[in-house]
Parts: sequence; C-alpha cells; structure tokens
Amino acid sequence: MSEHIVSPRIYAVIGATLLIFTGVTYYAATLDLNHIYHGLNVTVALAIAVFKATLVVLYFMHARYSPKRTQLVIIAGLFWLALLLLLTLSDYLSRATMHG
Amino acid sequence: MHRTGELYGQFQTLDQQREAASLGMWVFLITEIMFFGGLFLAYTINRAIYAVAFAEASRELNVHMGGANTAVLILSSFTMAMGVWCSQTGRKKLLVVFLIATLALGGVFLGVKYFEYAEKFHHHLVPGYDFHFPDVKPEIAAQDPYINAHAQLFFSLYFGMTGLHALHMIVGAGLLLWLIAQAAKGRFTPAYNTPVEIVGLYWHFVDIIWIFLFPLLYLIDRHT
Repeated sequence: MSEHIVSPRIYAVIGATLLIFTGVTYYAATLDLNHIYHGLNVTVALAIAVFKATLVVLYFMHARYSPKRTQLVIIAGLFWLALLLLLTLSDYLSRATMHG
Repeated sequence: MHRTGELYGQFQTLDQQREAASLGMWVFLITEIMFFGGLFLAYTINRAIYAVAFAEASRELNVHMGGANTAVLILSSFTMAMGVWCSQTGRKKLLVVFLIATLALGGVFLGVKYFEYAEKFHHHLVPGYDFHFPDVKPEIAAQDPYINAHAQLFFSLYFGMTGLHALHMIVGAGLLLWLIAQAAKGRFTPAYNTPVEIVGLYWHFVDIIWIFLFPLLYLIDRHT
C-alpha cells in the first residue's frame, strides 16, 4: 500500500468550508440563542468548532486515508480527553457550592 | 548525517517506515491535546463559576483581530496542505513557494497577536499590579462585587492559553524555516517527504487549537 495523495481540489474545498464556518460561528455569536435555550450559544459555537476540527483532522491531516492503527491512536487520544473533561466536569458542575 | 529516505534496518518497507513516523507524530500530538485539554477544562470550570465576570471580560477582546487571525490560520493550513501535495508529486519549486506562504501567514498571525497584546497592556487588562477592569453597569456589579478579581482570572487564562498557542506557532515557524532551507536544496521527493508531512501535522494541530480558542475566548458571550 503506498501513501494516499489528497488532491488540491479537496484541500481547496475543505479550506473554503473552514472559512465559511468561521463566518457562520461569528454570525451565530451575534444572535441571542440563549434566549431560546440557556447554553445554546456555547453549544452551537462548540459544535461548529468540533465540525471544523474534524475536517482538519480527516483531510488536512489525512486521518481518513491513514492506516487503521493510526486512526485507533487518534480515537484513543480523544477518548482520554473525553474522560478528562466529562469526569472532572461532572464533579464540578454538580457541586452544591458551585454558584454560591 | 542527512536522512535521504533510505530504508532503515528496523523497517521492511518504505511505506512502513513512513507510517511509523506519522504514527509517532500522532502520539506526540495526543500528549499535546491532553496538555491543552487541561487548560480548556480550567477555563470551562472558571467560566461556569464566574459567568458574569467572564462574559464582561470576554467582550473586552478584539473580535475583529481574533476573527481575522482565524481566517489567516486556516489559510496557512491550506498552504501547508498544498506544500505536502507538492512534495508528494515532485513539485520542488512550488513546494518552497507554499512553505514560504505558510510561514508568512504564520508571521501575520503573530503580528496581529502582538497588536492585540499591546492593546491589552494599554487598557490595563494584563493580570498583575496594573490590572484595572473598566467600570461596569451597577446591575452587573451587583451580581458580582469582585468582578475586577474575577475578570483578572479570565485574562490570566486568556494570556496563558493564547500565549502557549503563540509559543507553538513560534516553534512551528522555526520548523518551517528549516523545512524551507531543505526544500530549497531539493531534498524532498515523492519517495522521501516525511518531514513535510510531519511538520504539516504539527501545523494543522496548532490550527485546531485556535479553532477552539477563538469561539471560547472571543465569541460565546458576544450577543448580549
């Protein structure tokens, strides 16, 4: 198996998508989404950031075309990050003294 | 000794050698993700506790500079990716052009960051003895009487996170300088381009960190 060469066309499409979604995330931040549901502003901002980061990892960093063992390492790393964030936040955000 | 892409003894094929190199880089990047992950966690917890002060402090940031820098960094990731393509397809001169473009865009990012930091010093928003948060509306001050101290916490995290990100950019710029020197000598060929690929992975990772820093620091409390 030889290395996969990603075409400039794909790089251009991904780059343009990233720029467009930078505009979208800025526009979304000017709207008061928290009025609809508290915390919606940050949820939308993070969802767009995760989408953009996924595009970068899959195409710019070639994860989509990488061997399975490289993909496994990436997923394992994200799993540990999820553990760090979820377990710590489930502690802090559930404390009675949190907001007082 | 210069490595020209010959097969080393511990590998059976060049593909295996190349895959091992990129796997190793990914393992390093995972440690970086955990390192920045801890900072994002600290930011999230403090933002949840001092929501009022963090929202006020966040609005002091210059969203136009931050937004422009996001676009600059995404463009630099694109030129870096094009550099990888050039090295894979044997376009030696174009490779140098794209690497220089990437370095230049990285320089623009750091230049904008310099002006942003200078503005914060000018407005007394750098944590320390000289820190003075502008006066807020009485109803905001009533919600958080210690807003000056809590806003300082926001700016500590702001300078810590963007500062470490900028440090990564400076390291990346050094790597690019080395890469440009090697590429100018025509060292990278379709058979041997691992350094371009590896530096590319690093550069894209630094881009990803900014993709999260920009909305979290500049945007999420912009609407009110």
